[in-house]
Amino acid sequence: MIDVVLDVISWVLLALGGACVLIGGIGGLRLPNFYTRIHAASLTDTMATLLIFTGMMLQSGFSLPTMKLFAIMLFLLLTGPTATYALANAALLSGMKPDSGVERDRGASGGVQ
Amino acid sequence: MYILVSIAILVTMVLALVRALLGPTVYDRVLAVNVFGTKTVLLLSVIAFLYGRPDFLDLALAYALINVVGILAVLEFFQDRSRKQQGADND
Amino acid sequence: MIYVFALFLLTLLVITAVAIVRTTNLFVAVMLTSIFSLLMAANFFILDAADVALTEAAVGAGVTTVIFLSALALAGDVEQPRLGSRLLPLGTVGVLAVLIIYATFDKPRLGDPDAPVHQHVAPWYLEKTPEYMDIPNVVTAVLSSFRGYDTLGEVFVVFAACIGVLFILGVRPPGPAAELPAEPSGLRHHLIPQVVGRLLVPFIVLFGLYVQFHGEYGPGGGFQAGAIIATGVILYALLEGEAEALRAVPRSVLLGLVVGGALLFGAVGVVCMLMGGAFLDYSVLAADPVFGQQMGIIVIEAGVGMAVCGALLSIFHAFAAREGRP
Repeated sequence: MIDVVLDVISWVLLALGGACVLIGGIGGLRLPNFYTRIHAASLTDTMATLLIFTGMMLQSGFSLPTMKLFAIMLFLLLTGPTATYALANAALLSGMKPDSGVERDRGASGGVQ
Repeated sequence: MYILVSIAILVTMVLALVRALLGPTVYDRVLAVNVFGTKTVLLLSVIAFLYGRPDFLDLALAYALINVVGILAVLEFFQDRSRKQQGADND
Repeated sequence: MIYVFALFLLTLLVITAVAIVRTTNLFVAVMLTSIFSLLMAANFFILDAADVALTEAAVGAGVTTVIFLSALALAGDVEQPRLGSRLLPLGTVGVLAVLIIYATFDKPRLGDPDAPVHQHVAPWYLEKTPEYMDIPNVVTAVLSSFRGYDTLGEVFVVFAACIGVLFILGVRPPGPAAELPAEPSGLRHHLIPQVVGRLLVPFIVLFGLYVQFHGEYGPGGGFQAGAIIATGVILYALLEGEAEALRAVPRSVLLGLVVGGALLFGAVGVVCMLMGGAFLDYSVLAADPVFGQQMGIIVIEAGVGMAVCGALLSIFHAFAAREGRP
């Protein structure tokens, strides 16, 4: 009984995680400018990571792989937002303004000419 | 189920690759690289489970630890450049 | 399913490679190169080559991006336009491509059990590894004992490459030296990368040591461990600035690691000879040949790790030291 419940929960988590990954990918392609695309990237960086890894941990039970999965999840959750912060900061430093979605990508090619 | 998740991740990798190729700014490309790195970690973990080879999780762990170094190097690169430009403007 | 995944990733690999060649912005090329490396590692992983995939992960994810970016900081990031006709290169590449494609017709199918490689030495390695070394990871056994000469050669190549880069970057350009930037480099005033990075450094080094000493049992070994530990120190250098990293791991220590690693490997071979065996035949190192083999493998893996770590860090610091000059 408990096995079935665990299985169902982990499948649901994995499916949700896969959906988050897809939504983030589509958002990264379709959103209008750089600072909005960061939102899509953060969705796959954090939510999808949490869901998929929790789903896999439920599948593998209490074992060494579970500990490894937990470590990977922890490091991803730490490094993903840090990388995004570093990136947004680098963009801001080089004079890219987060002002509007109206302007779209025009005039935003600052930094590397 | 693992197969479905890995296909979702592969599709997202394609979307990130398209973003990396389109640009338009360099930051979009770096963001795409970052997304691509996270997706690789996810893909490696899911496939390790798909094949029942959980000892291969070491690889995903290596990526999870190391990926951020490249992005931080990019931050330092731009910081260095803007400082040099400021120095050139002051002269 | 495995073939579908592998083919899919290979297609992405080709697209990325074409894009790298086409772009004229070198920064974009560096970013695409890092995608290329990620795809490559995923491919190796799907084809069950965990040791190679780990090498690609350790080197491609961190170290190459950092070194490429250091090179860009020196050289500028717009590709020089090529002069002259492209017909000759195009013709050469075309002929070679046709030749290579023609050669693949003779190649056995992927995973074919009748392929020559599965008939000759591979079964022998698989059969004899438990008997001679008693370690589970056959790749480590082949790499460090059966084909120890090759690995020794690779370590000397790493050594030579390191010396070469140091020589090229060590030449001072003519004219007065520019002033070094007044404020120290590094991400010292970025709070979030500081906190997270400082947290990560010990884990990266610990993971490197795990890969080093777990190489006989799982994927890993000296090359991967050296690259991972070097990445940890490079992360420290990015956070605190080059000078701090050089104070923690001084240049003399780095050169000592490179030279010492290569020497350690060679010395094990010489000791084997002194104890009455052949060069790099570890069986004579202990009374029990199996234990002797294991001991030899651990020592030479340590030598490989030292050499790789020292070489990568020396190259990184050579680029960083050069940045202050015009």
